[in-house]
Amino acid sequence: MREKLLYAVALIAGILLARNLYVILLKLPDEARQDAIWRIFTFHLPAAIASGSGFFLALVFSGAYLAWRNLKWDALAASITEVSFALAIVTLVTGSIWARIIWGVWWAWDPRLTSYFICLLIYAGYLMLRRVIDEPTTRARLSAVLSIFGFVDLIVVWKSIEWWKTLHPGPVLSIRTGGGRIDPNMESAAWWNVLAFVMLAILLVAMRMRQEETRREIDALRRVVHTV
Amino acid sequence: MHYLRSVVTIALKDLRSEFRSKESINASLSFAMVVLLLLSFAFDPSAEQVRDFSGGLLWLVFAFASTLILNRSFARELGNDCLDALLASPLPSSALFLGKCAANWVLLMGLELACLPVFGIFYNITWWTQFPGLLLVIACATWSLTIIGTMFSALTVNLRLRELMLPILVYPMMIPALLGAIQLTTDLMAGKPIAADNELWLRLLIGFDIIFTALSTALVDTVLVG
Repeated sequence: MREKLLYAVALIAGILLARNLYVILLKLPDEARQDAIWRIFTFHLPAAIASGSGFFLALVFSGAYLAWRNLKWDALAASITEVSFALAIVTLVTGSIWARIIWGVWWAWDPRLTSYFICLLIYAGYLMLRRVIDEPTTRARLSAVLSIFGFVDLIVVWKSIEWWKTLHPGPVLSIRTGGGRIDPNMESAAWWNVLAFVMLAILLVAMRMRQEETRREIDALRRVVHTV
Repeated sequence: MHYLRSVVTIALKDLRSEFRSKESINASLSFAMVVLLLLSFAFDPSAEQVRDFSGGLLWLVFAFASTLILNRSFARELGNDCLDALLASPLPSSALFLGKCAANWVLLMGLELACLPVFGIFYNITWWTQFPGLLLVIACATWSLTIIGTMFSALTVNLRLRELMLPILVYPMMIPALLGAIQLTTDLMAGKPIAADNELWLRLLIGFDIIFTALSTALVDTVLVG
């Protein structure tokens, strides 16, 4: 059953991505001021939304682990963090390519960029911490605490950088601005891609969870062999 | 009352053992001097430029030197299973943690106040014009470094590769506090008092201190005991 569900998600994600690529690359025209490069926005924003909500979910499941001490929550938090980390790199790279064309530089120490970079560093620390602890319950406990600390720290970072001037374009989506800042067709392309990225993220997390389960099984079997 | 006495006992114990061995304080003070020296090679320090980024220089030195003290905070209890003994005692883990924080804060404040005149001499800076404000900023920002550093010292105490993991985890976490401290210190060293335009950063520092003190005391039991 789970297997079939996974295939279904993969199929939907694949179809959605193909459909979105067709619309974004072939159907929508170039933007008036940005030319062709605006299209990268339809990947940048979905990756940012998917990774951001992923980090939040990782915080929730880390809290769930600390509350109920079930290793399943830990595996879920870890898988989600890994996938979100990859998506955050996609966000940073697509943003950087856009900046090269529009601003003329690959990187600027703009607050939004800086705080995103800090976010990556914090979660890189989380993933590294997981690698250096062998005992599963200690690993789960300490990384859950780190996940909570990291997320709270990110909120403070986010707030503190708002007090600086920012180069990063302001919000364009209608739910933040009330409309008028972006062409509706372009916006809907971005939203369709959000859906595709979320499906893709769910698929990757599910696959990563299965790996984690298999690893736990192998660990348990190894322990049995040792006692025998 | 009993809780507070436990905190003070732990703090005094840590300070006493540090003053007897002088391990961390000597190492961190000499390390701070080395960094101060190395920074002079990184750029040609003309008075005007240095004033513009004096806060940044100073807090980089403090952040680097502080890890030497913070790293040892829980690690020194590993010998003879002292940490296990402390955890087995009736003392609450949060009291143990706050006691250690208090001791570290005193040590770091000492280190920083010792570095200030040296920094002033090396880089020709009149740092004392806004001294009360500066002292407040240093006290608040040092508490931020202490609380994060001590918490992560507890988190990494039983890890292999402890010395490698601590800086990787600690520095990104400290960034909001360092940002505020750098902004304020640069202003104060240029003779500008804390006023409406930079008061925001002081509020950030105090907010950071409150949030992470609360979070750490709530979670330290999970980290140390399980």
